[in-house]
Amino acid sequence: MIESKLKVATCSLCGCFGCHMSLLDLDERLFDLAEKVEFDRSPLTDLKELGECDIGIIEGGIANVENVHTLLEFRARCKILIAMGACAISGGIPAMRNHYELKDCLEESYTRGIGLVDAQIPNDPEIPLLLDQVHPIHEVVKIDYFLPGCPPSADTIWTFVTQLLAGQPIALPYTQIHYD
Amino acid sequence: MAESSTLAQTIRDIVQRHQKLPTRLLQILREVQDRLTWLSTEAINVVAEELGISPAKVRSVAEFYSFLYTAPRGSYDILFSDNITDRMLGNRELLHYLADRLGVAINGTRADGRVSVGTTSCTGMCDQGPAALVNGYALTRLTKPRLDRIVELVNAKTPLEQWPREFFEVVSNIRRADILLGRHFADGAALRAVLKRGPEAILEEMVKSGLRGQGGAGFKSAAKWQSCRNAPGEVKYVVCNADEGEPGTFKDRVLMQDYADLVFEGMTVCGRVIGARQGFVYLRGEYRYMVDALKATLQRRREAGLLGAAILGDASFEFDIDIHLGAGAYVCGEESALIESLEGKHGVPRIRPPFPTTHGYLNKPTVVNNVETFASAAKIAVEGGNWFASRGTAESKGTKLLSLSGDCERPGIYEYPFGVTVRQVLEDCGARDAQGIQMAGPAGHMISAKLFDRRICFEDLATGGSFMVFDQRRDILDGIRNFAHFFVHESCGFCTPCRVGTSLMRDLVDKVHTGHGTRADLEEMRKLGQIMRVASHCGLGQTAPNPVLDSLDQFPESYERRLRSTAFEPAFDMNAALEQARWLTGRTDPDAYLDEEILSRAMP
Ligand SMILES: Cc1cc2nc3c(=O)[nH]c(=O)nc-3n(C[C@H](O)[C@H](O)[C@H](O)COP(=O)(O)O)c2cc1C
Ligand code: SF4
Ligand code: SF4
Repeated sequence: MIESKLKVATCSLCGCFGCHMSLLDLDERLFDLAEKVEFDRSPLTDLKELGECDIGIIEGGIANVENVHTLLEFRARCKILIAMGACAISGGIPAMRNHYELKDCLEESYTRGIGLVDAQIPNDPEIPLLLDQVHPIHEVVKIDYFLPGCPPSADTIWTFVTQLLAGQPIALPYTQIHYD
Repeated sequence: MAESSTLAQTIRDIVQRHQKLPTRLLQILREVQDRLTWLSTEAINVVAEELGISPAKVRSVAEFYSFLYTAPRGSYDILFSDNITDRMLGNRELLHYLADRLGVAINGTRADGRVSVGTTSCTGMCDQGPAALVNGYALTRLTKPRLDRIVELVNAKTPLEQWPREFFEVVSNIRRADILLGRHFADGAALRAVLKRGPEAILEEMVKSGLRGQGGAGFKSAAKWQSCRNAPGEVKYVVCNADEGEPGTFKDRVLMQDYADLVFEGMTVCGRVIGARQGFVYLRGEYRYMVDALKATLQRRREAGLLGAAILGDASFEFDIDIHLGAGAYVCGEESALIESLEGKHGVPRIRPPFPTTHGYLNKPTVVNNVETFASAAKIAVEGGNWFASRGTAESKGTKLLSLSGDCERPGIYEYPFGVTVRQVLEDCGARDAQGIQMAGPAGHMISAKLFDRRICFEDLATGGSFMVFDQRRDILDGIRNFAHFFVHESCGFCTPCRVGTSLMRDLVDKVHTGHGTRADLEEMRKLGQIMRVASHCGLGQTAPNPVLDSLDQFPESYERRLRSTAFEPAFDMNAALEQARWLTGRTDPDAYLDEEILSRAMP
C-alpha cells in the first residue's frame, strides 16, 4: 500500500441515525469503500477522537451546545464537509420544535408528562444545554456539499461518494434525489 | 343573535349589489371589510353561502391580499408607505412617533379597537412623501404637526370625511411635458378617427408608430392587438393595467388623475380594433381615493356618447368600462395574475403560454396594456403613427414618462423622448451629486455614476418609469435591504425558488448589513440570485435578485466595507440562543456558554 488512503469521519448530531443506517445499507460496497478510504471518528469505528481528515460527513442539525462543539471541530479538522440528510440540511424533524417556545417543549416533557416523579427540568451540567431553536448546520459553519434525502438512499450515498473520490462533479440521477 | 343577523343582512345587500357574481368576490370582500373593519369567519361563511362557493375559496382570497384582514383591525387603519424614498424622507421616525402618541404597537391594534398602525409597500406618492394610507385613502406630505392632528382626530372618532382635505391632497408635479402630456386632446377625437378610418387603418397606424408596452416589458402593442383581433371568439376584453406596484413609479397615478379621458379613449379604440365590448381598469388599491372621480368621468363619457351603447351614435360601436380595485398585491401587476384577480381569485400568475391575447379574462381573448400605452394609443389614433415615430430612437419610438423621486430638488413626472441620457435627466431634476439610480424599480437595475451616459430606451436601459436617485450621503445597502424585504412581502408563495429564495436573500442581505457577512455570503448571494432568475415561475421571482446582483457589481464597496475578515460567520448569535435554556435550568457553568473563543473556530 503505497498510495495513502483518504480519511473520512462521520457523526450524528441532532438526527435519528437513519442516515447512518443508510450508510450501512451500502452493504458489500462498504468493502470497496474501505479499499479507498480509512474511517476516522465515526459510529462505524466507535473512535471518539477526531484526527485530521479529508472528508467529514454530518448527519443531523444543531440543537445543543455539544452539537456546536462537534461541528466546529469537524470543520476545523476536515478539508471537505458534507451535510447528509434533511436534518443536517434544514433542521428536519427536530426543527418542528421551532414553532414552540423552548420552555413549553421542556415543560411538556419534564413537568407535565404522565408518571413523573419529582418533576423538574433537568439542569445537570453533564447534559448539553439546548439552543432555543434547531438550526441547519450551514448556519453554523461553511458546508461544501449537501446530500438530500431522509435518509439519502444507499445508492445515492454511493453515487455521491464515488464521484467525490474520483474528483468528478457531483451529478445524481433523478431517481436518487426525487421520490415521486 | 341580533348582531349576527345584521351582519348577514349587511353582507347579503353587498353581494346582491354585485349580482351575486363570484368574479366580484374581491370587490365584495373589500366592501364587507369597509363595513365591518375585518373579515371574520362568520363573515367569510356568509359571503361563501351567498355566492354559492366554498368558504375555503373565499378565505384563500381574503388571506392573499395585504389590505384584507382576517383578524380584527382598528376602525382607523393607518399604513405608512415604506419604500426607500419614504425612508429617505424620514418615515420611520414618523411611524414610531405616531405609534407612541396613539399608544399602539407597530403592526398592532390598540386595545380599544380604535386604531391600527403598520407599514405597507410603496403607495406611489414618492414625490410627495412621507406617505401613508388611512382606511385605504392616501395621506401625503406627513409631518409631526400633521400626525399630532391625526392623533386628535382618531381619538375624537372624527369620520374620515371630516378630516382636513389638505391631508389627502395628491398633486401631479408634471415637470416636463412632451407629446403625450403637452398636446391638447379633444375628447372623442380618437373615437371619431377609428370610426371614420376603420380598425385596420388604425392598426396600421399602430404598427407604424412602433409603440411598445409602457409597463416595462416593451412588447409591441400593435402585435398584441393584432393577435387578439385574430383570436377566434365573439367575446373579447380590454384590460388597463393600473396596478402600478413597482416601488418608485407613480406616472400611471398622474395619468389616471389628470388624463383619464385619454386613457379611457385609448381603451375604447382598442375595444373597437379587437372587437371587444367590455373593458376593465385594474386600479391598485392604493389609488382608491380617485375611484369616485373616475366613475364620474365614465358617467360623463356615457352621457356624451363616448362610452356605452352606440358610441358616437353608431349602433355597432359598443364599449363600456368597469373599475376594479386591487387590494395590495404587487404580483397582481403581472398580467396573468391581474386577470386571476379580476376574476375574483387570489392573484397567482398563470402558466404562459397560452397568453392573454388568446386566453385571458374568463379564458376569452384579452388585451392587457399599461395605462400609458393606452394613452399613447389614443394619441396615435388621432395624430398618426409617423407623428409618434418621429420621436425616440430606432427601437424605441415616442416618449416615456419617468417618475422621479429620491435625492433630487424637483421630484415628479418627466416626459422625455426615448433615448435621453441618465445624465440629462439628473440635470433636469436637480440631482447634483447622485451616486446611483435604481432604474425601473427594484425589479429593474441599480446603476452607478459610471453608467450615467447611457440612454433610456429598450436598446440600452429599459424602464417602466421608476427612477429613484441615491446621492452621496446615502448608503446603497439601505436601499438594497429595503428592496429585499419588499420582495419577501410581495412573493405570492406559489413557487419555491421565489418563495424561499426571496427569504434567503433577505436574510443574507440583513446579515451583511448588520456587519456579520463574509465573502462566503456574497458568493452565496450570487448563486442564489442566479437560481431565482432561471427557476422562478414569473417575473417577480426572476427579477427579485436584481438589486443584489447589480449592486454587487456596481457598488462592491458598500458590501465589502461591512464584511468580517473571516471566511465564514454563523447566521445567528449562538450564545444568545442558549439564554432561554440557561434561564430555565438556572445553569451558569462554563458549558452553559459558547464564548467568542470557541466560536472563532467556526471561522477558519
Ligand atoms: C411582478 C410584475 C409586476 C408587474 N406590474 C405591472 C404594473 O404594475 N403595471 C403594468 O403596466 N405592468 C406590470 N407588469 C407587466 C405586465 O405583466 C404586462 O407586461 C403589462 O401590463 C403589459 O402592458 P404593456 O405591454 O402596455 O406594457 C408587471 C409584471 C410583473 C412580472
Ligand atoms: S435526515 Fe431523516 S434519516 Fe437522516 S437523521 Fe434526519 S430524520 Fe433521520
Ligand atoms: S415567482 Fe414569486 S410571485 Fe411569481 S409565481 Fe413564483 S412565488 Fe409567485
